[in-house]
Amino acid sequence: MPKPAAIAGQIVLYGAFAAFIGYFSTAPTYKQIPDDVALIKLSMSHLGGRDCRKRTAEELSKMPPNMRAPLDCPRGRSDIKLVLELDGKSMFETVMHPTGLSRDGVSTVYKRFEVKAGTYQLAVKMNDNLVNPGFNFIKEAQVTLKPAQVLVVDFNPDKGGLFFQQSAANKL
Amino acid sequence: MSLHAVLRGNAQTLFDNIENRFDDYFGGADNPLRHLGALGLYFLWILVASGLYLYTVLDTSIDGVYSSIDYLSREQWYLGGILRSLHRYAADAFVLVMMLHLVREWAHGRYYGFRLYSWVTGVPLIWLAYISGIGGYWITWDRLAQFSAIATTELLDWLPIFSEPAARNFLAPDSINDRFFTVLVFIHIGVPLMLILGLWAHVNRISRVDYLPSRRLMLATMISFLALALLKPALSDAPADLALVPTGLRLDWFMLFIHPLTDLSSPAAVWTLIFGATILLFALPFLPHPQTQPIAVVDAANCNGCARCHADCPYEAVTMALHPDKPGHRIAVVDADLCASCGICAGACPSSTPFRSQEKLVTGIDMPQQPVDEMRRQLEARLAPWGNQAGTPTPGKTRLVVFGCDQGADVRGLDAADTAAISLLCTGMLPPSFVEYALRSGADGIVVTGCREGGCEFRLGMQWTQERLARSREPHLRGLVPLQRLQVVHASRGDGGLLAAAVDEFRNRLETPGPQSIRPPAFSRRKIHHA
Ligand code: HEM
Ligand code: SF4
Ligand code: SF4
Repeated sequence: MPKPAAIAGQIVLYGAFAAFIGYFSTAPTYKQIPDDVALIKLSMSHLGGRDCRKRTAEELSKMPPNMRAPLDCPRGRSDIKLVLELDGKSMFETVMHPTGLSRDGVSTVYKRFEVKAGTYQLAVKMNDNLVNPGFNFIKEAQVTLKPAQVLVVDFNPDKGGLFFQQSAANKL
Repeated sequence: MSLHAVLRGNAQTLFDNIENRFDDYFGGADNPLRHLGALGLYFLWILVASGLYLYTVLDTSIDGVYSSIDYLSREQWYLGGILRSLHRYAADAFVLVMMLHLVREWAHGRYYGFRLYSWVTGVPLIWLAYISGIGGYWITWDRLAQFSAIATTELLDWLPIFSEPAARNFLAPDSINDRFFTVLVFIHIGVPLMLILGLWAHVNRISRVDYLPSRRLMLATMISFLALALLKPALSDAPADLALVPTGLRLDWFMLFIHPLTDLSSPAAVWTLIFGATILLFALPFLPHPQTQPIAVVDAANCNGCARCHADCPYEAVTMALHPDKPGHRIAVVDADLCASCGICAGACPSSTPFRSQEKLVTGIDMPQQPVDEMRRQLEARLAPWGNQAGTPTPGKTRLVVFGCDQGADVRGLDAADTAAISLLCTGMLPPSFVEYALRSGADGIVVTGCREGGCEFRLGMQWTQERLARSREPHLRGLVPLQRLQVVHASRGDGGLLAAAVDEFRNRLETPGPQSIRPPAFSRRKIHHA
C-alpha cells in the first residue's frame, strides 16, 4: 500500500477508535424510570421484640444477687410484620426475619416501588413482636410525589418510630 | 466438531482477517490488534499517572468532593481537566482492549496447556478492572455516581454479604458521611494496585514480555485521547441529590453497562451471568481441547551449556543447571509445565548443524515429534536428485527450498519437482546452518516463511529467525552464504496466495543473471556409518 494511503487509513482508524470511545463513554443516555414516575423506597433495619417473661419473686430470690434481672428473655428476636398501603390498597406485605444464626440480629427490608407522580394516601403498619396481634406501629399521611422524587419509608425510634422522609429536592 | 470449536474457529478467522487488513495500514509492529496486552499496560500507566494528579487535588469531604473535581474541568481545563479526561478515556480504552485481548486469546485457543497459567491469572483481572472502574465513577459524587452507587449496592444486596442492606447508605441526603469518600478513594487506589500485582503474575512466565506497544502506537493512541479531551472533555453531571432519582443519565457504557442490564433483567440473572462467565472462563482450560504436544528434550552429551536455548525460549521454560557429566559445565533443563513445544530452542542450539557427519544427527535440545535429524533426512532426500551444480541455473530449473511453519501460511502446497517444502513446528526452529547446508548441497535459493510481524503463535519465532539470518543473533547465518539467495516472507495462516506470489517473484529474480548468481562452495557430507 502506498504510504499516503496507509497514513490516511491510520488516521481514519484512530479517529474511529476515538469516536467509539468518546461516544459510548456518555451515550446513549439512560433513564431508569419513566418521566412521570416517582419512587417510594421502603427500607428499615430494626431489632424485633423478644418474648420475655417476668420472673417470680421466688425465682429471683434463688438467683445470685448480682444476676437478679426481673425479666427472663430468650436470645432470639421476633419476626417483624410490615404492610405498605397506597390509597387503602395493600401494595406490599412482608414478614422480615432476624439475621444471625441465633436469630438475634436486626431484621431488614429494602424495596423500591415505582408510582405515578401524584397525591396519595400512604400508610405503613408494623408489628415488631408477633406474640401480640395487630400492629404496634402505624404511620399514615397524605403525600404528594413529584416526578423523579424519592420518598423514603423508614423506622427510627428517635424519630418517633415509622416515618416518611421526602427531602425538598434541590433542583428539579 | 463441537459448537465451541466452530465458534472459536470462526472467531479466529475473523480476527485474522481484520488483523491482516490492519497490517496493510499499520504494519505488524504498529498494528494495535497484535499488541492488545501491551496497549492495556500502556493505558494502565496513563491511568496511574493521571490518577495521581487527580488524587492530589481531591477533597474527600462530602461537600468538597464534587466541587474539587468539577473545578478541574471548569477552571483548570488546560491541566486538571485534560488529565481528568485522559483518566476517563484511558479507563474506557483499557476495558475495551482487555476484553478484545481476552476474546483474541480465546479465539486462538490460547487457554490450555502451558498457557493455562496466563489464562487463569487473566480472569481475576477483569473483576479488578471493573471494581476499579465502577468505584472511580462514584468519586465525582454527581448524579451518575449516585445512580451507580445505588444500583451497585442494590445488586450487592442480593447476595448474602451484608447484615444490613448496603443500599440503605444512600437512602436520603443525610445517610452518607465523609468517611464514605475516604474509604472509596482507598478502594480506588488499593484495587488498581492489586490489578498491577495481578498483571505482574499474569506475564510472569513469559520471557521478553511485550510491556509497551511501539512508540508510534503509544503516540497515536495518546493523540486520540488528547483530541477527545479537548473536543469532549470529561465533565461531571449535576451534584448528587439522594432526594431524586437521576434521569437522562450520560452513562459510560464500557464501565456501567451492568446497571441497565440489571434493570432489564434482575439481580439474580446478572449474578448468574457474572459468576457463570467467571466459572466458565476458569473451566475453559479443563474442557476437551487438542492434545498437547511432546515437549523439548535435552541430550546431555550434545549440550555444551551455551545457554542459547535459555535466551531464546519465549516461555522461560529452559533453565541452566550443573552438567551431570561435564564438571564445570552447565546443561539446559526444560520445565515441562512451561514448555510450549515450539522448537525454537532446537533452532538456537549450536549442535543442530546438519554439517555434522554422524549418520543420526543428535542435537543438544530437540523436539521428539520433529527431531532435527528428521529435518536433515527430509532435506537430503529432496536435495539428492538435484545434485551439486554451478553457474546460473537455466529457466525452469531453479530449485528452491521453502522452510515454513505449521502455524503460518501452509507451505506444503508449494511442494513440486523444483521446490522442496519443509514445514516446521515454528519457523524459529530452523537452525541457520540448514540454509547454508541446502544452498551448498544443490538448492539455488531458500525461502524462509513464518507469520506476519506480531503474529507468531509462539511470540518470538520470526523475530529470532530474522535476527539469526541477519547475523545479529546467535546462531547466525555464516558469511559465505550470499543473502541474494535467501528470501524471508511474512505470511500468516490464510496468506497462501501472498506466499506463492513471493516465491514466484524470488524464482524469477534468481533466474535473471546478475550478482545473485554468486554461489557458496559446494558441500558434500562425509557420512559416517556406525556399525
Ligand atoms: C487486565 C488486562 C490485561 C492486560 C493488560 C494483559 C496483558 C498481557 C500481556 C502484556 C501479555 C504478554 C503478551 C506478549 O508479550 O506476547 C499477555 C498475555 C496473555 N494474556 Fe493477558 N492481559 C490482560 C488480561 C487478560 C485476560 C482477562 C485474559 C484471559 C482470561 C488474558 C489472557 C492472556 C493469555 C492466554 C496470554 C498468553 C499469550 C501467549 O502465551 O502467547 N489476559 N497479557
Ligand atoms: S520448545 Fe519452545 S517453549 Fe519449549 S523449551 Fe523449547 S523454546 Fe522453550
Ligand atoms: S542451546 Fe544447545 S548446547 Fe546450548 S545450552 Fe541449549 S541445549 Fe545446550
